[in-house]
Amino acid sequence: MSTPADPQPALMLADQLPALLVVVPMLGAMVASLLRNGALGYLVSLIVSWVSPVIALAMLWQVEASGPISYAMGGWAPPLGIEYRVDEANAFLLVLISIMAALCITFAPRSIASEIPAQSRGWYYAMFLMCLCGLQGMAITGDAFNIFVFMEISSLAMYALIAMGTDRRALVAAYQYLVIGTIGATFYVLGAGLLFTITGTLNLVDMADRLQPLLGTRAALAGLAFISVGIGLKLALFPLHLWLPNAYAFAPSVATAFLASTATKVAVYILVRFVYSVYGVEVAEAHEIDTAIVLLLAVLAMVAPSIVAIFQANVKRMLAYSSVAQIGYIILGVFLLNEAGLTGGLSHLFNHAIIKGCLFLAVGCIVFSTGITKIDQMAGLGHTMPLTMGAFVLAGLGLIGVPGTAGFVSKWYLIQGATEAGLWWLVAAIVFASVLAVFYVGRVVEVAWFREPSPEAAAPRPVPVEMLAVTWILAALCIYFGFETDISAGVPAEAARILIGGGADG
Amino acid sequence: MDSTTLIWLTLAIPTLGAVGIWLADRFPNLREAVTLVTAVLLWGTVCHLLARVLRGERPGTEPIEIFGGIELALAIEPLGMLFATVASTLWIVNSIYSIGYMRGNNEPRQTPFYVCFAVALMSAMGVAFSENLFTLFLFYEILTLSTYPLVAHKGNEDARRNAGIYLVLLLVTSMGFLLPAIIWTAVASGTTSFADGGILASAGLSAGAATALMALYVFGIGKAAIMPVHFWLPAAMVAPTPVSALLHAVAVVKAGVFAVVKVVVYIFGLDYLQETGASQWAVYLAGFTVIAASLIALTHDNLKKRLAFSTVSQLSYVIMAAMVATPAAIIGATLHIAAHAVSKITLFFAAGSIYTAGHLTMISQLDGIGRRMPFTMGAFAIGALAMIGVPPTVTFLSKWFMLQGNVTADQWYALGVIALSTVLNTLYFLPIVYRAFWRAPPEPSAEHPAHGEGPLPSVIALSITGAGAIALFLYPDIVYRLAEAVAAAAGGTP
Amino acid sequence: MDLLESYPLLQTIAERYNTWAVILLMVSGLYIVVAKSNMIKTLIGMALFQTSVYLLYLSPGKIIGATPPITDTAFAVYSNPLPHVLILTAIVVGVATLAMGLALIVRINEAYGSIEEDEVVDLVDRQDKAEE
Repeated sequence: MSTPADPQPALMLADQLPALLVVVPMLGAMVASLLRNGALGYLVSLIVSWVSPVIALAMLWQVEASGPISYAMGGWAPPLGIEYRVDEANAFLLVLISIMAALCITFAPRSIASEIPAQSRGWYYAMFLMCLCGLQGMAITGDAFNIFVFMEISSLAMYALIAMGTDRRALVAAYQYLVIGTIGATFYVLGAGLLFTITGTLNLVDMADRLQPLLGTRAALAGLAFISVGIGLKLALFPLHLWLPNAYAFAPSVATAFLASTATKVAVYILVRFVYSVYGVEVAEAHEIDTAIVLLLAVLAMVAPSIVAIFQANVKRMLAYSSVAQIGYIILGVFLLNEAGLTGGLSHLFNHAIIKGCLFLAVGCIVFSTGITKIDQMAGLGHTMPLTMGAFVLAGLGLIGVPGTAGFVSKWYLIQGATEAGLWWLVAAIVFASVLAVFYVGRVVEVAWFREPSPEAAAPRPVPVEMLAVTWILAALCIYFGFETDISAGVPAEAARILIGGGADG
Repeated sequence: MDSTTLIWLTLAIPTLGAVGIWLADRFPNLREAVTLVTAVLLWGTVCHLLARVLRGERPGTEPIEIFGGIELALAIEPLGMLFATVASTLWIVNSIYSIGYMRGNNEPRQTPFYVCFAVALMSAMGVAFSENLFTLFLFYEILTLSTYPLVAHKGNEDARRNAGIYLVLLLVTSMGFLLPAIIWTAVASGTTSFADGGILASAGLSAGAATALMALYVFGIGKAAIMPVHFWLPAAMVAPTPVSALLHAVAVVKAGVFAVVKVVVYIFGLDYLQETGASQWAVYLAGFTVIAASLIALTHDNLKKRLAFSTVSQLSYVIMAAMVATPAAIIGATLHIAAHAVSKITLFFAAGSIYTAGHLTMISQLDGIGRRMPFTMGAFAIGALAMIGVPPTVTFLSKWFMLQGNVTADQWYALGVIALSTVLNTLYFLPIVYRAFWRAPPEPSAEHPAHGEGPLPSVIALSITGAGAIALFLYPDIVYRLAEAVAAAAGGTP
Repeated sequence: MDLLESYPLLQTIAERYNTWAVILLMVSGLYIVVAKSNMIKTLIGMALFQTSVYLLYLSPGKIIGATPPITDTAFAVYSNPLPHVLILTAIVVGVATLAMGLALIVRINEAYGSIEEDEVVDLVDRQDKAEE
């Protein structure tokens, strides 16, 4: 067996960033749970969640400056030890997750105070940090089994977060998600187990190397199938999405915003890692029929939930169905198997996180000040809460993909990818799904802005400044990333180039 | 000032104006003053640019890269200059008119109304000066979105439903067809920039693919209202009349046909179209629209509805001329953009004035109204003659060039369409004029009390545009020189 | 052994009996999850399903005649320790999930007065309908 690598002569903080990114939220969660107090828990999570983006940005900067970072956890050198590996793709994702977490926590205190009883608030923040720890761990680790462990850490925290919703239906949603999520994770670990059996390694880079001669074997393909289905359950790929709408609809507002903008995105990232880095794009290219089936599912995901969304009475559930549809776009981009498509998929992952985060937080503001979640009751909110609904409109335009918003950029790449692949039916599907978004977003906008408020509706209580500020930061980002795309499309384009060209882990 | 700054100013002035209007919410007089000052400043800037373009300059801004070769860039070519001049000039007149109309009818929510108007004009400028398809598309969509609240202005069930049709149809066509067309163009030719003589000739598309691409453009630019994507225009008539007048006779619809002509001239290029015949089918469809819309207009008793279908018909004149793809027809199409704008806005102004003064909306109610409202109906008569194309109105000139273009290209079908539609125009406009001047007015009743002219600002505005329709016939120099420059840029053989 | 030699299929099964055990457990677990309405039974099925994966990892790690991986000059062949470490973690995860699931069932029972999924989902649907 291996011996630990030589201890570093001086322990530089900058060298330990990958570990810190996971350890800090984990310790924060423990501290928060020991404190058992909402206010103190909030303080801890606020500090931790603002430290995370600093670490993530520092790592992105390091990666840009000097290439991928490889970190041997506990000093055990890979491939036997667990390796944390940061490259362009996941540094980008880590920045996204950590910033979304920081913004959500900044938004949270009064929203949480209005939705969760005092004795549970400390636990809420602990769970939030645990979830953050799990998601960042999934994104940063380069070890197949470690991914599973972090997946379960984040999932368990998520079940708890969802179950804390005020409505009793939240409990059922959490339970159903628990069953489906566990099956998904177990499928994943099954697939990873098959790969481990044939390659004898769990390190993704190592696995990619050793898998090359074995790609034709049934075990390798079965492994990919299990992993895809498992992750498919986690990222709610149609038709494996049934857990998602209720979970998002009944979780506390802040939790919904955070989960919608990060949890499914990390799952997409894992899928991309396996399809492009571990197996290599050639495998997907060789299995045309299977790729076509995934594309077909992606199209169904874009269209069917969008139609369902149009008929939802609850605005949170409407947005949840829209999320399922947007995941369809992302998967479509990933499985177009060309650079433009993958760029579109990855950049939509980023843009959708911001857009959906903004929409769910705007709904959080509405729930806070009026308690309304039904669209019919939102009449006149445009006049009584113009700032909140203004942000909602901007983000809604982003969701539709109007030019000048973030959503447009990613849809452009997706359509370009489909055009380059000569798949015209996909172009048609993308634009058709965008048109459906016009309907479901338009419905809310029309009710809120062009209907008179019902006379018996009580005046909404004012939205606290930090909630409005965070919502508007995200709304402004929806527009900002429509014009300035160095981060939202430039980094994905670079990542796509590496993933498609390099085959093995970039 | 250098031209680049001036171009940015054409966007900045209406934007700042919108902010100013919003800030002046509590003070109606100040608010309207801001609108007027903004309109005049914008007009001054555009005129400044016009003078330079007439000297042969083609100023443009530095492109700002958005992503992967897609740029936000503005540049002026003659066609866009013409559209910008028409829109900014008529905005001043329309602002004067709006003041009379909105106050005369005690309309609610006037501040958002003027704000949206300024934003719409900003996007019209952006459309006019767009240097590439992406920029065009960006401002095209802003124009759609900023006019949606104007259509829904009344806020009742009817207005909401029709505004919904408006928004959905325009967004669906632009997202569904125009965006794929733009991306297809970008993928095929490697650029989205407008260039003299077109950019597709070297892209290697087959004739069939070029035809399909043209179809995506023609249906994608829903604002041009070719059948069957014309439904939004009659639906938009629920809006207050100033909106119908400036936006749905000038800014929005002209942005549509302008975009079609721009695509024909600077994306396809006449040589390429003549070579592939990719636009021939569109000549037939536009011709059909001209006739069908005229026939539908005949059946409508509601004055604004009739005007709307007349607009659909007249827009297809422009599309048809563009699709014929000869230099003379392009001159005709360009002239008609300006000619129809000034004439149709007069008609809408008159309709609004009638509504403000007597709350009449139906043609059958207009017996003898010319005696009560001589200025209004006088201007209306000029507008009606212009729709038919009788000299001395400006549309005579544009029709002349369209006919010439059709003859040189042996497009006898298009020639026949114009002839037939002229007859139809006569049939649906002249009876209104006849009724207004030669029938006896009904006795005043409680429902329809006696009334005089409309509000003074409205009457001033419609007199100006009515006179404009004749003045442009007498002094077409500037417009014609721009149109000629467009045709020269388009290439093609006569 | 004669029997196995004359039936190759049987031989394949016998050679990989550990895999067959895994498949049997996995499918039974999954079946229980799908078929049972009682939430506790569903969780039992889920646990069974997870356990099958533990076996999948552990069984190839066992080398016949090998000793536990404790370095000693007397032994040369060791079993692979890595699967054991992994599965130890997985067991912890499984237990945590089970605990979490049971806790949720307790809460559901408090809120709905039932642990039959059919009945609870029915109540949820009714609440959905009432809101629309």
